[in-house]
Amino acid sequence: MTENLVEARGLTKTFGSFTAVDSIDFDIRKGEAFGFLGPNGAGKTSTMRMITTVSPITDGKLTVFGMDPTTEGRDIRRRIGVVPQEDNLDLELTVAENLYVYGRYHDMPRATIRERIDELLEFAQLTDRRKNTVESLSGGMKRRLTIARALINDPDLVILDEPTTGLDPQARHLLWERLYRLKRQGVTLIITTHYMDEAEQLCDRLVVMDQGKIAAEGSPSELINRYSTREVLELRFAEGEQDEAVLRLDGLADSSEVLADRVLLYTNDAESTQRGLHERGVHPEQVLVRRSTLEDVFLKLTGRRLID
Amino acid sequence: MSVSAPTRITPVGKMSDFRAQRIWERNLLVYRRIWKVIFTGFFEPVFYLLSIGIGIGALVGDLTLPGGHIVSYTAFMAPALMATSAMNGAVMETTFNIFFKLRFGNVYQGMLTTPLQPRDIAIGEIGWALFRGSLYTGVFLLVMWVMGLVESWWALMTIPGAVLIGFAFGSVGLAACTFMRSWQDFDLVSLATMPLFLFSATFFPIDVYPPAIQVLVQFSPLYHGVELLRSLTLGIFDPSILGHIAYLVVMGLIGATIASRRLDGLLRK
Repeated sequence: MTENLVEARGLTKTFGSFTAVDSIDFDIRKGEAFGFLGPNGAGKTSTMRMITTVSPITDGKLTVFGMDPTTEGRDIRRRIGVVPQEDNLDLELTVAENLYVYGRYHDMPRATIRERIDELLEFAQLTDRRKNTVESLSGGMKRRLTIARALINDPDLVILDEPTTGLDPQARHLLWERLYRLKRQGVTLIITTHYMDEAEQLCDRLVVMDQGKIAAEGSPSELINRYSTREVLELRFAEGEQDEAVLRLDGLADSSEVLADRVLLYTNDAESTQRGLHERGVHPEQVLVRRSTLEDVFLKLTGRRLID
Repeated sequence: MSVSAPTRITPVGKMSDFRAQRIWERNLLVYRRIWKVIFTGFFEPVFYLLSIGIGIGALVGDLTLPGGHIVSYTAFMAPALMATSAMNGAVMETTFNIFFKLRFGNVYQGMLTTPLQPRDIAIGEIGWALFRGSLYTGVFLLVMWVMGLVESWWALMTIPGAVLIGFAFGSVGLAACTFMRSWQDFDLVSLATMPLFLFSATFFPIDVYPPAIQVLVQFSPLYHGVELLRSLTLGIFDPSILGHIAYLVVMGLIGATIASRRLDGLLRK
C-alpha cells in the first residue's frame, strides 16, 4: 500500500472575492515527484503555500504527513524543505551562514549542522563559495543554494515552486540532475512549473491546473496519450497565407489548433498526414514533425498556451 | 452518560516552544561582520554630552531640582541623553532594519517555512533591539562615570532601565513598521522622535513649563524614560518612579501585541 504524504479534498483558497484555488482534490504519494503544471495565476503557488502551512486554508481539508496545517504547522514544517519561487536568501549572511542559520531555525545541534553544510555545499557545487556573499552568486548558484538550504533538516518532503524559472538552459539541466539525485534518495518532491519540459523530465505524476481548478491528472505519458495524439505537425505559412490554408485542412488530422503564428495538426501518423497536405495542394513554408508534449495537453484542455 | 469531545491541549508558552533566540543568533552573525555600525549609534549621545552638556553646562552651572537637590547641569542632562539613545537605538533597529527584511529581502517569509513562527520573529527582533540598546547604555554609563557624572550606585540600574525604554519604543517601532509602505514613511519616524527628544524634560526640568504644558509632556513616553534614568543616576527617588516604569511596561506590551498580530497577518496570507 502506498502512503500518501499530502491529501487534499475540496481545498480552497480565496483572497477577498478572488478564488485562487477552487476546491481541488489530490493525493501525493511517498517517494514520488509530483508536479503542478499550469500558467501563471493558475493557483499553483497558493496551493504550495497552503501545503507549507504559511497560508491558512479557506475551505476544504488538507493533511500533510497526516497532520493538520492549521494546528500542527510547526510539526509539519520540521519535516519539509521549501524552495520558494522568489529567492529569499539572507543577503546579510554568507553562503555557509545561510545554511547554518536554517539549521538553527530547525533546532539542529551546531556540530551536526557543520557536517551537513559540507555535504550540502558539495551537493550544490558551491564548496569553493562557502565564504562568499550571496549577492556575488549567479542565478543558478542562488537557486542551488536555496535548494541546499531546504535540505538542511533532511526533510521527507521538498516543495519547489518554479525551481528553474529565469535560469539559462545549462543551469536548468544541472538543477534537474540534482533533483533526480534527491528523488533517487527517496525524497518526495512537489514541483510547480509552467515549463512542460520540466514537468515531463521530473514528474512521475502531475496535475494540470488552470484558473484555480485541476483540469487533468496523471503521469506525463498518460496525459499525452489521453488528451493528445502521438505526433504533431507544426505548419508555418508565408505571411498572410495561413487563413486561406486553414480552410483546406479540414478533416486532415484528428484535430487541429490554429495559433497566431502556426497551425498544429494532431495525428497518429505524421507521414500520411503530410501526404494529405501535398495532395490538397497546401504548401507551408515550414513543416515540423514532433512528438506530443504536455504543452499540447494543456492547449487541448484549456484552449490556451502555457506561456504567452 | 455524555461523551466529551476530544480536546487538543496546545502547549502555549512552553519553554521548548520559545525560539526567539534563533533570531538573535542570526543577527549576531550579521553584526559580527558589521560591528562598526554599532559604534556609530554610540558616538551620537557622547557628542551631545560633550557639546551641550559641557559647553552649555558651563554657562548654566548648577540646577536646583524640585526636591531641593543641587546638581550640575551636565549630570542633569546626561541620563536624558542615555534615555534618548536607548529610544533611538530601539526605534532604528525595529523600523529601518526590519522594514528592509520585511518588504524587500523576504527574509521572514523564509524563516516561517521552518519551525519559527511570527511571534518568535516579533519577540526576537524586539529583544535584539534591547540588546543593542543596552550595549550603548553600558558604554555611555562608563563615559558618564569617567566624567564624574554618576552620583549613585543606583546608576547601574540604568542598564535594565534602558532595556525597559528599549522595550517600550522597540515594540511600538515594530508595530509602526508593519504599517509602513515606503521609505518616505520614515520621515514620520523622525517627526515623532525628534520632538520627543527636545521636549521630554531632556534639556531642562519639567517645571520650567506652565502647568498645562507639563501635563502634555507627561504623555511623552520619553519623558518617563528620562525621569526613570535620571532618578537612578542621581540617586534621587520618589514614588513617581513606579508610574514611569508602569507607563513603559504597558506601552511595550501593547506595542508587542500589535506587532505580533500584524506580522502574522502580513506574513501568513
